[in-house]
Amino acid sequence: MISPNTPIPNAAALKAWRAELVETRKRTRGRVLVCATGCRALGALDVSKAFRDKLASAGLSQEIDVVETGCHGLCARAPLVLIEPQDFLYGPVAPADVDEIIEVTLRGGKPVTRLCGKADGQTTAVLREEPFYRAQKRDVYRLCGRVDPKRIEDAVAYGTYETLAKVLTSRTPEQVISEVTASGLRGRGGAGFPTGRKWALCRDVAGDRKYVICNADEGDPGAFMDRALLEGVPHQILEGMLMAGYAIGATNGVVYVRAEYPIAVEHAKIAVEQARAHGLLGRNILGSKFSFEIDIRMGAGAFICGEETALIASLEGRRGMPRPRPPFPAQRGLLGCPTTINNVETLANVPLILRDGAAAFSAVGTAGSKGTKVFALAGKVRNTGLVEVPLGATLRQIVFDIGGGIPGDRPFKAAQMGGPSGGCVPAQYLDLPIDYDSVKQLGAIMGSGGLVVMDSSTCMVDIARFFTDFVHKESCGKCVPCRVGTKQMLDILVRITKGEGRMEDLEKIVSLGEMIRASSLCGLGQTAANPSLSTVRHFRDEYEAHIRDHRCPAGVCRALLKYTILADACTGCHACAKKCPVAAIVGKAKKPHEIIQAKCIKCGACREACKFDAVRLE
Amino acid sequence: MDWAPAQRILQQMSPVGESDLIPLLQNLQDTYGYLPAEVLTEVSRQTGIPTSRMYGVITFYAQFSMKPRGRHTIRCCRGTACHVRGGQSVADAVGRVLGIADGETTQDGRFTFETVACLGTCFLAPVMMVDNDYFGLLRPEKVNSILDAYP
Ligand SMILES: Cc1cc2nc3c(=O)[nH]c(=O)nc-3n(C[C@H](O)[C@H](O)[C@H](O)COP(=O)(O)O)c2cc1C
Ligand code: SF4
Ligand code: FES
Repeated sequence: MISPNTPIPNAAALKAWRAELVETRKRTRGRVLVCATGCRALGALDVSKAFRDKLASAGLSQEIDVVETGCHGLCARAPLVLIEPQDFLYGPVAPADVDEIIEVTLRGGKPVTRLCGKADGQTTAVLREEPFYRAQKRDVYRLCGRVDPKRIEDAVAYGTYETLAKVLTSRTPEQVISEVTASGLRGRGGAGFPTGRKWALCRDVAGDRKYVICNADEGDPGAFMDRALLEGVPHQILEGMLMAGYAIGATNGVVYVRAEYPIAVEHAKIAVEQARAHGLLGRNILGSKFSFEIDIRMGAGAFICGEETALIASLEGRRGMPRPRPPFPAQRGLLGCPTTINNVETLANVPLILRDGAAAFSAVGTAGSKGTKVFALAGKVRNTGLVEVPLGATLRQIVFDIGGGIPGDRPFKAAQMGGPSGGCVPAQYLDLPIDYDSVKQLGAIMGSGGLVVMDSSTCMVDIARFFTDFVHKESCGKCVPCRVGTKQMLDILVRITKGEGRMEDLEKIVSLGEMIRASSLCGLGQTAANPSLSTVRHFRDEYEAHIRDHRCPAGVCRALLKYTILADACTGCHACAKKCPVAAIVGKAKKPHEIIQAKCIKCGACREACKFDAVRLE
Repeated sequence: MDWAPAQRILQQMSPVGESDLIPLLQNLQDTYGYLPAEVLTEVSRQTGIPTSRMYGVITFYAQFSMKPRGRHTIRCCRGTACHVRGGQSVADAVGRVLGIADGETTQDGRFTFETVACLGTCFLAPVMMVDNDYFGLLRPEKVNSILDAYP
C-alpha cells in the first residue's frame, strides 16, 4: 500500500497502487457526485453536506460515498448531482430533495423523476440519454465530474499518470514530440498553432533551464472551459505539463491562473502538493532521470496577460505588456530561458494522445483541425454549460441539438465566438462545420471556445460597443492605434447607440478597424476591431436602423427607448411600481399608473412585472 | 503602521527577487487589505526593488490598490454572457444601493465595488462575487439581501 506521503518508486508500483485503489472502491456500492465548483454559486455545498449528514444518520455512509467533484457540464440545471452506478443525473437539487433521493434511488435503485431532465415529453434519467450529452464526444472532459479533484487517489484510480509512466519508461522525448505532431493537435488557446511543432522548436534550442507554462489566464468573457478543467481534473493538467516538460527538456513548470478563479487556484495548489508528496513532481520521477517542479502563480487582473509575451513579463514581475516576436518564447522566454506556453485544454489533450496514439486522436475532426473542442455555451440558450464536440460539428448541433435552442423559442440571431478577438456568426452559417479555418473565414475566430448565443433581443450595435469598450479598457497602451484607435471606435459606436450616428460612420468603422488591425503589435489590437467589423458586415441593417430611423430594433439601446403605460390596459395593480428600482411609477390604487420619464432609467423591470401587457416599449 | 506582517512575508518569500514582485504585492495586499505607501518604501529598502518599479506594476494591474479597500469586495461581471442577460442592471443596482461607482469604496469601509471582465460563471449569468462567494441568476432586486449577509 502506498501511504499518503511516500514517493512512488517506479511504474510498476504506480500500477499496483491503482489496482489497490480500484479494489478499495469496490467496497462501496454507489457514489453521489455533487458538482462543487460551478454549481457552488447556487448552493451545491449545502447539498453535499445534506447528503453526508443524512447518509450518516441512515447508516449508509459505509456503502455510499459522497464526492465533491468538478463540473458535470449541464450547468443550466445547477446544482447537479450524478448518482453512480446508475448514472442518474439530477438537477437542480436542493437540500430538501436529499431524503427522497436516498429513499428512492440509493435504497430503491429507481430515479426520482421530478429531478430528471425531459426530452420530447419523456423523462431522461440516465446521463447518456439526455439530448445534451447524446451528441457530445466527451474525451478531454471524461473524468470531469467523476473524480474528486482534491484527491490524487481518485485521479490515479481512473488511470491519470499511468500514461506518464509509460512515456518515461518507454519513449524518448523525440518520440513524444513526433506522436503529438502526428496527432495534428493545435493549440486551444486561440491561435491554433500546431503543438508538436511548438515543442520541437523549443527542444531544438540549447539551454540548461527551460520552462513549460500552462496558460490558465482565460480572460475572454463568456469562456469557462479552462476554469472547469483546472477545477475538475487538475491532475490531468499536471500530467500534460509533465509530458510537455519531458518532451522539450524542461525542469520547471508554471501554472498561471487568473485571480478571479479562487477554486481553480485552490485545486491546482492541492494537486501540486499531492503530486509532489507522491514523487510525481520533484527529482527522478517514477525512478526515471526526469526531474520536474511546478509552481502556481496568480494573475493580478489584466486581460492582456493571457498573451504569451505579456504573461512572461508579468511572471518576471513587470507590467504585462507584449513585446515583438521574434524572439519567440521558445527561443527566449521566461527569465531569458527557452519556454513553451500552452493553454490548459491543449495540455489536457496530451495524455489522451499519448495513451491512445496519434491515429486515434486524428480520426476525430476535420482535415485541418483534429480532435474535439470544448465550447462554453452561454447567453440566450437553454442548456448553458460545457459542451465537447468533434471539431467540424455545426453551430446548429451545438446550439439546438445540444443546447436545446433559445428560451421562449425566439429566433437565433448570432453566436459570438472567440470573445473580444472574435466576431458574430449569423444564422445563415448555422450549418457550417466549425473548425479553425472555417470560422476565420467568417471574420470570427475559434478563440478559446467561448460561445455566447444571441437572439432577437440582442442588439448587435450594442454588442460591438460592448466589446470595443472592453478592448479599449484592456489595451496595455503600448501602441497608439490600439490605445487611441479603440477609443475613437468606441466614440463612434456610442454615438450610434444614442441615435446620433451618421451614415458615413459605417465607412469610418471599416477603415479605422482595418488601420488598427494592420498597425497593432499584439493579438489584442490586431483583433480589436473584429466585433465591429463582423457586425457591420453581417448586420448592417441594424446599424442603419439606429442611424437613419433612430430606432433600436432589439429594444436594447436605452437612449432610444421609451417606456409608457397604456391607460386602458392598466388595472392599477401597482405591481410595476413595486418593482421599479427608482420609484418612477406613480398612480392611485385601481387607477391607471404613469411613468415619470425624467426619473425612468429604462431598466424594463415594469414591463416584466406587468401581467396585463400594459407597459409599452417604443 | 504595523511593520511586522510585511517582515514575516519577506522572510517567508526570501530571497525576494524582482520576478517575485507580483506575488509579493499580492501577499502584502492580502495582509494589509491594500498597499500602504510606507510599507512599500520599507519593502523597497530591504529588497532593492525600486519604488518606481512597484508603482508601475501596481498601477498596471486592476487587482492592486494603494488606497484602503473595503472589508468586502464586490465583483460584478460585465462580460458578454452577463451583458446579454441584463448584467448592466445588476451592476447599476449595486451602485445605487451602495451609492458608489465602479472602483470606489463605501464611506464606512464595508464594501469595495468593482466590475470585472468575466467570472467564468457565464452559465449562471448574470453573476457577481462577494469576496470568494459566487451568486448567479441575479436580478437587480436580489442585490440588497445578498449584501446584507456581509456586515
Ligand atoms: C489578448 C490575448 C489574450 C489571450 N488570452 C489567452 C488566454 O486567456 N488563455 C490562453 O490559453 N491563451 C491566450 N492567448 C493566446 C496566447 O498568447 C498563446 O497563444 C496560447 O496560450 C498558446 O497556447 P496554445 O498553443 O496551447 O493555444 C491570448 C492571446 C492574446 C493576444
Ligand atoms: S423602465 Fe425601469 S425605471 Fe422606468 S418606469 Fe419601468 S421600472 Fe421604472
Ligand atoms: S460573462 Fe459574466 S461570468 Fe462570464
